[in-house]
Amino acid sequence: MEDLSLHILDIAENSINAGATKIVIRIAEDPGSDNYSLSVEDNGHGMDGGVLLKAEDPFFTYDGDKNKSKSKKQKKRFGLGIPLLKQAATECGGEFRLDSEPGKGTTLFASFRFGHIDRKPLGNIGATMLSMMCGHPEIRYVLFYDINGGPASGSSFHYGFDSDALKEALGETPVNLPEILLMVRDAINTAVMEGRDQTKTAIKSHNRV
Amino acid sequence: MQRLTIDDLKKIKERYEATFTLRHGNHRARVIIHMGTCGISAGARTVMSALVEALAENDVKDVIVTASGCAGFCSKEPMATVEITGQAPVKYCQLDAVKIKRIFTEHIMGGDAVQEYALVMGSENSY
Repeated sequence: MEDLSLHILDIAENSINAGATKIVIRIAEDPGSDNYSLSVEDNGHGMDGGVLLKAEDPFFTYDGDKNKSKSKKQKKRFGLGIPLLKQAATECGGEFRLDSEPGKGTTLFASFRFGHIDRKPLGNIGATMLSMMCGHPEIRYVLFYDINGGPASGSSFHYGFDSDALKEALGETPVNLPEILLMVRDAINTAVMEGRDQTKTAIKSHNRV
Repeated sequence: MQRLTIDDLKKIKERYEATFTLRHGNHRARVIIHMGTCGISAGARTVMSALVEALAENDVKDVIVTASGCAGFCSKEPMATVEITGQAPVKYCQLDAVKIKRIFTEHIMGGDAVQEYALVMGSENSY
């Protein structure tokens, strides 16, 4: 994974596999307190305690619920997405948390030290939204993007995107039309750039944010 | 590119509604981009963006682009499956933005599979 927006796309795919209908992504950049955090919250079927404990283990495979009838064959589940993000966060002096409740949903939280040399840049978050909306247009995606400029710039920036608001404005027109997807991608990327300009957080030494 | 505005959306909506009846029938093709962890880290997002760009540039609206999980050939990612209606599906492997655009022109629009990039066709015949 080259950047954090790819991790977000990967984690969101887990949410989609868990049958989520709404995915909320929060990104918060806070260079003042040297913190960069992101969370992905879904309303999918969640995980019980046993699976939740092992989900961060790269060698864990999930055979499905043993109590369920064998006639309904469940697919074996495995993956490296969560362990990879956990590694990325802990390598950068950050934290990683995974909270889940069966039937309610899952929340993943990862934080990084903003100025850590190994912290991956955010990357093309617009393209991540494009890929999610293109692949699974029926799901509601909400993105919150906040920058706290800290005392150096004295300003903060907040941006929100909700795919349901877009759907409402579009009416019958499907949200996964190519030109709409490209507009969403460019609008989100433009907003992120504006936010960094406003709060002057695109510090030269960290130009790769 | 400026902000997303209601006016822009209205324009797209009007254009879409004008051609709605034309496209209400069957789709020409379905393209599945494999987006497991392996695919994403190998560049599936770039492939999907490039394909969506190609569709928008050529004003193609009867091709469905969708995503699926890992296909089990992680070393061959990024992969995409192209299903032209009425033809056997073709799985392409080790794609990038340039390759998917060629597949778009030659296979999706032209009807001839790009054999150089193909992994398998249908379920048994391999190239």
